[in-house]
Amino acid sequence: MHFDLNQLSLALPEILLLSMACVVLIADLFVTERSRGATYILAQITLVAVFLMVLATAIDKPQLAFSHTFIRDGLGDLLKLFVLGIGFMVFLYSKDYLKSRDVCFGEFHVLALFGILGMMILISANNLLTIYLGLELLSLCLYAMVALQRDSILASESAIKYFILGAIASGMLLYGMSMIYGMTGSLDLTVINQNVVQHKTDMVLIFGLVFVMVGVAFKLGAVPFHMWVPDVYQGSPTAVTLFLGTAPKIAAFAMLMRLLVYGLMGLYAEWRDILIVLAVASMAIGNIVAISQTNIKRMLAYSTISHVGFLILGVLSGTAAGFASAMFYTLTYAVMALGAFGMIILLSRFGYEAEHIDSFKGLNQRSSWFAFVMLVLMFSLAGVPPFIGFWAKLNVLMALVSVNLTWLAIVAVVFSIIGAFYYLRIIKLMYFDTAQDSQSLECHTGMRVAMSLNGLAILLLGFKPDLLLALCLQVVPG
Amino acid sequence: MIALSDYLILAAILFGISIAGIFLNRKNVIILLMAIELMLLAVNLNFIAFSRYLGDTAGQVFVFFILTVAAAEAAIGLAILVVLFRNKRTINVDDLNQMKG
Repeated sequence: MHFDLNQLSLALPEILLLSMACVVLIADLFVTERSRGATYILAQITLVAVFLMVLATAIDKPQLAFSHTFIRDGLGDLLKLFVLGIGFMVFLYSKDYLKSRDVCFGEFHVLALFGILGMMILISANNLLTIYLGLELLSLCLYAMVALQRDSILASESAIKYFILGAIASGMLLYGMSMIYGMTGSLDLTVINQNVVQHKTDMVLIFGLVFVMVGVAFKLGAVPFHMWVPDVYQGSPTAVTLFLGTAPKIAAFAMLMRLLVYGLMGLYAEWRDILIVLAVASMAIGNIVAISQTNIKRMLAYSTISHVGFLILGVLSGTAAGFASAMFYTLTYAVMALGAFGMIILLSRFGYEAEHIDSFKGLNQRSSWFAFVMLVLMFSLAGVPPFIGFWAKLNVLMALVSVNLTWLAIVAVVFSIIGAFYYLRIIKLMYFDTAQDSQSLECHTGMRVAMSLNGLAILLLGFKPDLLLALCLQVVPG
Repeated sequence: MIALSDYLILAAILFGISIAGIFLNRKNVIILLMAIELMLLAVNLNFIAFSRYLGDTAGQVFVFFILTVAAAEAAIGLAILVVLFRNKRTINVDDLNQMKG
């Protein structure tokens, strides 16, 4: 056991976030009803400070700390920056939504900050214990956030469903971890990776792998462990759905990478087959069931499931290019989902939730700019060139073809085409139908600017996808 | 001397009971919470057995963390359950059917 203070500097962003989250928690107790904005401002300052801290302490070579339970590397840093940036945008989008409805304002920010801390720990985990603790910190915050709207039947019902299924998934994950620990004799992912090869044929190890994958698939929301996704997306307040549907996906991707690639690469042949089943099932169920949805949040939930299938495809190719493509896919998907859920918040107002797809009818007459932003988002999610979603899909497909999984690439393309239908339906509703509700959009300028930037980011990244892709290629393990 | 496999089989049986409890129970959400606790205890047993067998304390440390997190989890679960009961006046599993599709 060796410990020196220098190790603390590797975890400085997390330490800062933890202390600031506690400050926000205490400060919120003393803030009066009228100056509730103070909590919001403090939370935003926290995220900006942690963002800068991650940038300032970034290092080129991976470094381990705290008895190898914590790893600081390029992969982690890039994912953390996106998580923090998305957290910032989520707070910005949900500010008015939370204020006008009776959702606990301060608690939302505190829980989200702790959730982001959980994600950062999960991203930096190099030990089964750290993975579990980060995951639980994130999940416990999310369960509570879903139930924040205390008088809503839907919210409490989706919270209990999320809680029970989430707890079962954690149990499965732990059971698998215990078997992997027993067979490899260590909780350290690096040691596990060294020892796993000699126990390759061990039945217990394969059992452990399967249980761990069930847990990961649940957290990602991959079929057949997707039952919670539509209900939770639909039932929770839109601001919570916005948070739940974006940043945790990045954390789940990090968990997949840490467990399978950093820890169990020796079992690649085994987990690849499981991932193929998960990916094909997710793309099939997600895209087909989304067609029949009339609730936009539920539709986007099924769309998430299909996108998760795609990102799994990138990981299962098992090459550096494949991991980079999956990472690129996750990051761009998170930005697109942020825009799509943000748009629902933008169209909603007090007493009216724009949850039915008909609320997008004739959006072009009400605000042609935001109809255009939504058009960009939908085209990008559907994977139409030249938007960013297309490049994300293309990279994943190229990675698959390069490892002779062409049949899988063809399956993915077919399901993407099926999926294009429900995105295009939204565009048809916006441009070719007449508006049911002629009231102009009410939202503050910050939200309008942020929403426009979000749409423009997707448009511009679509013209320069190489920049982000090069970054991803640089940080993934080879 | 009790062999390692005996502990593992016992843990597997407990785990199986908890899974069965979750999927067969159609009556009460509290029973689900109990089954989840049982599941975590089965995992703990596994960890301790392996830890003893390997002569490595890391597994026992993990058990302490699992116990702590399980307590926090139960607190949040029961809180959500209270909210649910206040809204719906029932905690019957079959009545959790507001959302479909």
